[in-house]
Formats: sequence, structure tokens, C-alpha cells
Amino acid sequence: MSRLEVRDLWRGFGGVQAVRGVSFTLESGDLLALIGPNGAGKSTCFNLLNGQLRPDQGSVRLDGIDLVGLPPRRIWALGVGRTFQITATFASMSVAENVQMVLLSRARRLFGLWRPAARQFRAEALALLDRVGMAAQADRPCGVLAYGDLKRVELAMALASDPKILLMDEPTAGMAPTERLELMALTAALVRERGLAVLFTEHDMDVVFGHATRLLVLDRGQLIAEGPPDAVRADPRVQSVYLGGEP
Amino acid sequence: MTTQTLAPQTATAQAGLPEPLLRAESLQAWYGRAHILTGVDLTVGRGEVVALMGRNGAGKTTTLKAIMGLIEARSGRVTLDGRPIDRLPPHRIARLGVGYVPEDRRIFADLTVEENLEVGRQPPRPGAPVWTPEKLFDLFPNLAALRGRRGTRMSGGEQQMLTLARTLMGNPFLLLLDEPSEGLAPLIVRQMAEAVLRLKAEGLSVLVSEQNVGFAAAVADRASVIEKGQVRWSGPMADLMADESVRRAYLAL
Amino acid sequence: MSFLLVQSLSGLATAATLFLVSSGLTIVFGVTRIVNFAHGSLYMLGAYLGWSLIERFGGTVGGFWASVAAAALGAGALGAVMEVGLLRRLYRSPELFQLLGTFGVVLILQDAVAWIWGPEDLMGRRAPGLKGSVEILGQPFPLYDLMLIGLGPLVLALLWLLFTRTRWGVLVRAATQDRDMASALGVDPARLFTGVLFLGSALAGLGGALQVPREAVNLHMDMAIIVEAFVVVVVGGMGSLTGAFLAALLIGQLQAFGILVFPQITLVLVFLFMAVVLILRPHGLLGRAEDAPPSAAAAHAPPMVAGRGVGWAALGLLALLAALPLVAGDYAVILLTETVILALFAASLHLLIGLGGLVSFGHAAYFGLGAYGAALFVKHLGAPMPLALAAAPLVAGLGALAAGWFCVRRSGLYFAMLTLAFAQIAWSVAFQWSGFTGGDNGVLGVWPSGWASGKAVYYWLTLGLCAGALGLLRRAAFAPFGYALRAGRDSSLRAESVGIDVRRHQWFAFALAGSAAGLAGGLYAFAKGSVFPTLMAVPASVDALVMVLMGGVQTVSGPLAGAALFHLLETQVMRATDWWRLLLGLVIVALVLLFPKGIVGFLAGLRGRS
Repeated sequence: MSRLEVRDLWRGFGGVQAVRGVSFTLESGDLLALIGPNGAGKSTCFNLLNGQLRPDQGSVRLDGIDLVGLPPRRIWALGVGRTFQITATFASMSVAENVQMVLLSRARRLFGLWRPAARQFRAEALALLDRVGMAAQADRPCGVLAYGDLKRVELAMALASDPKILLMDEPTAGMAPTERLELMALTAALVRERGLAVLFTEHDMDVVFGHATRLLVLDRGQLIAEGPPDAVRADPRVQSVYLGGEP
Repeated sequence: MTTQTLAPQTATAQAGLPEPLLRAESLQAWYGRAHILTGVDLTVGRGEVVALMGRNGAGKTTTLKAIMGLIEARSGRVTLDGRPIDRLPPHRIARLGVGYVPEDRRIFADLTVEENLEVGRQPPRPGAPVWTPEKLFDLFPNLAALRGRRGTRMSGGEQQMLTLARTLMGNPFLLLLDEPSEGLAPLIVRQMAEAVLRLKAEGLSVLVSEQNVGFAAAVADRASVIEKGQVRWSGPMADLMADESVRRAYLAL
Repeated sequence: MSFLLVQSLSGLATAATLFLVSSGLTIVFGVTRIVNFAHGSLYMLGAYLGWSLIERFGGTVGGFWASVAAAALGAGALGAVMEVGLLRRLYRSPELFQLLGTFGVVLILQDAVAWIWGPEDLMGRRAPGLKGSVEILGQPFPLYDLMLIGLGPLVLALLWLLFTRTRWGVLVRAATQDRDMASALGVDPARLFTGVLFLGSALAGLGGALQVPREAVNLHMDMAIIVEAFVVVVVGGMGSLTGAFLAALLIGQLQAFGILVFPQITLVLVFLFMAVVLILRPHGLLGRAEDAPPSAAAAHAPPMVAGRGVGWAALGLLALLAALPLVAGDYAVILLTETVILALFAASLHLLIGLGGLVSFGHAAYFGLGAYGAALFVKHLGAPMPLALAAAPLVAGLGALAAGWFCVRRSGLYFAMLTLAFAQIAWSVAFQWSGFTGGDNGVLGVWPSGWASGKAVYYWLTLGLCAGALGLLRRAAFAPFGYALRAGRDSSLRAESVGIDVRRHQWFAFALAGSAAGLAGGLYAFAKGSVFPTLMAVPASVDALVMVLMGGVQTVSGPLAGAALFHLLETQVMRATDWWRLLLGLVIVALVLLFPKGIVGFLAGLRGRS
């Protein structure tokens, strides 16, 4: 049984089929990149996996449990963490508090009315922030962080729920080139340490070919290639999708 | 509001070197706190078609939006025929003769084809080709049959034609064309390429962002290749086609 | 049978007026995305202008219609001025500021109209040529109403022509769909919007002027019509003209027949109808998801930190407040009692706005429910004060639990409209069910028990209860519950993706805030000795919003300072003049103009500059 098994996923929007029969598997230790030209259906695919959208057809199984139809909250609780293309943190809270919120949520203590939130799970939050190199900024408000640092906070928040798999939507978008490589190196290290499985979309080819263990190439809603980076790079169909034929 | 017009070739930067129609210098732009354009420099000469190339996410769309004034968080200098336009709101830039065709089409779906064209209509502009709905229906024969149809009931290719036609109704000098071939069937892509060449023949200058090398090669005189928010390579389109290393580095996988 | 037909016709006449006003509101909303509270005031202004002109020139058929047209144009001109002077600065502001800013105009216009035309109701002359009535199946029916019935579809047809056959109309529709794209095609949005405000306001003015021959022109027309127009626009689908027409017809009939079946609760019927429509069709009858207003953006969410030593400072303040009656006179003690009560009221609203980003425009309902709960326990059951005070938060909390279940299903403007609707339901029950609630006369003789009848003792009781409740609210704000609320506000996408059930937190917060407001209301009832329906009316809800806004949304202690400042202003400055509405309106408009992105956004801007 695969960690994540996606089988024959379909989703249309008012007559336009955005995702057409996508199937793949994801295993522990994988750092799987989902790439393709604009409008290929990458975001839709992502939203189908984490429950933001419901597929018209197909199944998504995590360790054999069907995720289709569950709200994002439940899918998260079963072990699917995610980071967003445009960072979404709780801007009115400190870095540590952002991570503490996730820990509180995992411990089902969100309806607590008495004990101050800031004093709960602080040590655990700091340990996670230390792992992503943000411990020094733990008490700064998230609203003033540099963009690259926000991405690290998101990573710490995703790790706080101890997920089995991690979905990262354009993890390095908007970052400076050196920051990109650092973040991906960190992600790769976490995959090894924790036996995580990561699926990510990315447009920076240095990042994709520098770090992905496998690639999926999506074009007009269909997977046209899958495999190790070098094999995908050599695939003539992939080349024609990226470079385009004669008009 | 009066419509300001540009007399062709009023300004020259240096003796003998005509000032380009459009010039962007260290153009930067942000989405929220994400720094998308870190310094774009490019020019479009009069009557020239320039392809802005790069992978998705490189900053092509953002560049066109920033030139058009559609992104507030921008800095740097943009001039149109020597006149700075980087502080103007979009409608003022449009009235100076810049037409913008967005990648996501954004036709007014509740409006008919003819009404969509009406929104784009501006007074004729000396020195720029003048367009009427009839002339546009001649350029895009598919649209003629759809005059009274609402945008919701059009195919992707028809929508793309309409977006371009609607912008032309403003009689622009300069067209900013964002990924015109994206998501279109090969036949429609060929029609789009023919349309761009015909516009060039009519005297329009075009800055076209494109991922499809074949399309760009068919229409462009020059290319600027953008990656990670900066223009990394500029030169004649023929040179780009001849230089596989550049294409490999910035465009292919 | 013939009676039913006439009843139905009179419903159609009502619907025509309702449509005229609502069409203007929905057009303005469609383009500017602002719900213009002052739209009802423009309707009232049209009626007053129309009255004056008709008195002078309305003797002839031509004179009458010219007067009506001139009144409509006058209202339109004022609407255009309002766009340039106020709305234009608020297009990118949070909806709290848009609603409050336009409500400021409501207050200003109320006093301006009272100043020009006086407080008396004005009876206008009948329309020349349309004075009689016709027989319909043996029943008389006014000719003028028949004309109105025809006018509704006529105006719809004219608007349809305007929006489909003229360049201006096409541009407006384009800008409604995609403002940025229209502007990239050379359309100046600012000029277009001024024109739209002119048109929408003229329609409101037309509706008002046409009322002159039908009913007395009075100073309550603005709030009466705006609330109904909100319902029509929301039911029809915000921004949809045909939807507004359809909704006006349905609501006209609902009112015409509701009054036969449930004369006591026609207003309740209308709001229940709206709630049901919104549950079944979240975007209204003909509205579409993409036309829905954007939800409350929390782009400028403030960092909120527990200050050091706040506990000691609070205890010190409490001791000081407790000691005051030893030196202050009775009047000061009464003022202090009211201030403390209002502080709890404002703090309960702050829980929703400051933490949850939920802008409630009907929070006074729960204050009123508490007040009425306590008063009715005393009146009908003869309950002693402690029991009645215990009932107050319970009654209000249950009411908030029920209303909240509906309200938190929607966000942003729809949330504001739904809370407003539920407050209006509560108000109309109090106002119309006179057998139980005393109606307009309220409930009198709600006095504290003997042991607490001294002003100082009651003050201490109030202080103790309010301080306790405030302490609990503050504790909750910094506990995981308050953090989860803020998380939902900062980014509901992120909150849901880390397992936070945003809607349940909001629902619970709504009930908690409602019951805290209810305690404040119960204390208020015993402080005043009486309760009236005005406690639950829209202006009372707006008062609470102003208190929160004055104190600043970013701190937990802000609403306390805001309540004190507001009450001081209200009792010392505004009551000293007859024109307190004007003053309050100017204060509100100044607040939103000075801080169009919110006080926090303003402070963030300062920080960014330095």
C-alpha cells in the first residue's frame, strides 16, 4: 500500500475539464515535483488532494483511507499538511504563536477559555522553529517578517502537526535565488529525517532539478510524463510542451 | 478629459538614435510582500514586435501589468515616447495609446461581443491605425458571426480574439499582449500569429509575452528573456533561435 | 375574492416604491461594492424636496411632475457630491468603515432635514389628475396607486434600456464586472462612479417624492425604507436589477397579506423571509457567487500583545472606580454606572470585531434582549432583581445562539446585513407585540431590589458584575479560544488547513458576545427603571460600533476607553445641543475619513513612513 495513492482524478469547471484522469502514488522519502505550463491544472490538483475542492470522479487514499469528500480540516487531522503559494500566516500573532496555534489545534484545546494560549506548547513551538532556523525571531509578529522567513514559518506550522505527507504549492515563489535553494535543502533534509513524503509545484527549474526525486508533468489536465528528473528532461513530449511547436 | 496624443518621433535620446516607443528601466513590482520583479529593463521600438519570453512564474505577466499601471506596488521608470507613465493610473495610460490584452482574457462575460467592443472604443488617434467593428470582424472572421452573443457562450479561442479586438477599438500605438497562445488549439494559435503580423503591418508596435518559442519566432523581431524577475538576455529573435544554450538555460526544462 | 385582489394590488403599489429605492441601492452596490446606508436618507430628502416643490408648483399636472423630477435630480446631485466627498475615499476600506461612514451621512441628513423642514409630519397635496379612485370588482382602489403599479415596470424597462442601449450603460456594466479591466481600456472609473451615484440617488429621490401624495412626509422615513431596501437587495441578489424587481414584488405581497394574517409581526415575516432565502440561495434569488461582496479583509490585522502589568493597572483602576461614589454626587454616580455598563457592551462587540473580524450591525439586539429579558421577568413573573439579572445574559445568549447560527454562515457584508436583519426582528417584536412587551411604551417600573436601591450600591453591583464579565472576556481573548478566533480572521484558509473549525468558533463567540451584551442590558434596565424598543434599534447598534472604533480595534482595553469617551460626549456635549445627530454624524465621518483604512492601518502607515 502506498502512502498516498491518487487514482483517476477528474474535475471540471463549467464544461472545462481542468484535471483529466490523473493517477500517481507518493511514498515516504519522496520529494515529488508537479510541473507544467500555466493553466495545466496544477493548482486544481492540489486543491483536490487537500479537500479544498471535491473531485468529480476518482479516489485519493492516504494509507488506504479514502480522503474524498472530507473537509480540509479532517484531511489535515489525518496527516496531510500544506503550505500555500502566497504565504498565509496569522499576521496578528508572533512567529511562535503561529506554531503554537497548530499545536493547540492538534491537542484539541482550541476552545480553552482560561489558560493563556501564549504559555501553552511554547517549548515545542520553539524546537520546531529552531529546526527551520527561525528560533531567533520567535517573538516577532508575523506581519513584519521578510518573505523568505514567512515561508520558513509556514514550514514549521506544517511540521507542527507531524504530518505524513506535505503538500507545498510553489514553496519558493517570491524568494531570492539563494533563499530558494536553502529552503529546498531544508525540506529535503526534513524528508530524510522524518520519513516525510512531499508533493510540490514549482516553476523554478533549478529548484525542481536540484531537489526533486521524481517529477510529474501535467499538460491540459493530463499527466504526460512521470519519472526521475533526467528521464523527464529528455522526454520529447515534455520538451514540446515547454518550448511549443511551430504555430 | 481630453485625449492626449503622441506625435510620432518627437523625442530623440541621442543624435541619430530614435527614442524607443516604450522604455522600462529597473521596473520592480510586488504582490503583497512577494518581490516579483526585481529590475526589468526593456525597450520596444516603433513598429517593432518584441517577445518577452520566460517560463511561467518568471514575471512576464507582472511586467505587462506593471507597465499598464495595474499593479500599485511598483517602482522604476517607464516612458512612452519619452514621456513618463509610471505614475499614471491605467485609464490614463490607455488613453495615451497603450492597449493591454490580459492573459486570462477577462472579457466582460455578461456583455455581448458588440458591447465588449464598445467598452474598448476610443477616439481615433493620429499616427495609429483606426479600427471599427467592421474592420475587426474582417480581421477576425469568427467574431462576425457572434456579434450579439454574450461572452459566457464563447470558446477560449473566440474569447482570445474578442479580447484582442476589444483592445484594438482603442486605436492604440502600442499593444501589450499577454500570452496570446496559451491554452489555444494549434489552428487558433496560427490565426493569432497571423493577426499579430497583420497588426505589425498596420504599424502597431507590440510587446508580447510568450512561453511558446514557435509562436514568438513567427511574430517577433526581437526577444527579451526574463527569469526570476529580471531580463537576462535581449537580442534579435533570430539570434535566440540560433543560440540553443540560451533557450536551454531560460526556456526549456 | 375582490378584497384579496385589492389587497394584492396595494401590495403591488408598495412594491413599486420599494423597487424604485432598491434599484438605486443595488445599482450603486453593483458598481462601487459599497452598501450605502444613506440611500434611505436620499429617499427622505426626495420626499421633503418633493413636498416643498409640490406645495408651490404642484397645482397643475405639469407642475406636479416637474416637481417630482426636480426632487429626484436634487437627491441625485447630493448623491454625486457624496461620492466625490466621501465614498471615493472608502472604496478600499474595510466594510465597517463604509457602513459607518455612510451612516454618518444618515445622521447628518436627519438633522439637516429637521432643521430645514421642522420636526412636524408634513401632509402633501394629492396629485392633480390622479385624485380619485377606480372600482375594481366593486372595491375602490386609488388611481394614484394604480399609476405607481405601472411605474415600477416602466422604470425597470427604462433602466434596462439605459444599461443595454447607451454607451454609458455598457461602460457601467463593464466596470461592474471588472473594474480594473475597464480602466485598462481607458474608462475613468472615478467619473463613472460619480454618475452611478447620481443615478442611484435620483431613483431614491424619485421614490421619496412619489410618496408625497400617499403618506405624511416625516423624519423616520429614512430608516424605515433603508432597512426594507436592504432586504429587497439582499433577497434579489446584490447588484441584480431584475432580482430587486422580483424581490420587491414578493415582499410587497408578503406585507400586503402578512398584515391580514399576522398583523403583529409583518416586519418579522419580511426578515424571516430574507433569512430563509439566504439559507436556500446564499447569493439571493438572481445573485451570483462572483457578484458577492468580498469578505472582511484582515490585511491590516494588528499584532495584539498582552501588556505587562495590565492586571495590576486594572485592579488599580477598579479600586479607583469603586472609591468614586465616596466623593462623587448622585448624578456622577449615575453617569458612572451607565459608562461601566456601556463599557461591557462595547467590549462584547469588540470580541466579535477585534478578534473575529465579524462586523455586527445588530449587536444592540442582544443588549436589548437582556434588558427586555430582565424587565419582563420582573413584570410578568414578579421575579426579584438577582433572578432577573441572571436571566438577562441567558435570554440574550440564547437569542444570539439562534441568530448566530444563521449569521456566521456568511461573512463580510452579508454577515453585517444578517445581523442587522435579526436586530430588526428583535426590535419589531418589541415594538409590535405590545400585549407582551408594552410596544412603544416599553416596560416601566423595573427597579432594583430594596438592598440595591441606593445609587452607590447599585453602582458597586454594576461595577462588580461588569468587571467580572470584562475579566472573563479578556481572559478568553488571550486563551486559545480568542487566538483561534483571530486565526480565522487573519486567514480562514490557513486556519481551516490546520484544523481550526472557524465557523464554530465564530458561532460560539457570537453567543458569548451576545450574552455579555445581555448582562449589560439587564443592568441597564435596572439602572434606568425602564426599557424601550429603541434599545434595539439600528442607531443603538451603531453607537456600539462608534465606541469600538473610537477606542481603536486593536487593543482589548480600547472599547473601555471608547465607551467612556462616547458616553461623555453623548451626555455632556450632544445632549447639550438639539443637533446631536449632526455632531455625531460629523464625528463618524471625520473618523472614517481620517482613518479610512482603520486606525490600525493608519498607525501601520505611520510606522511604515518613519
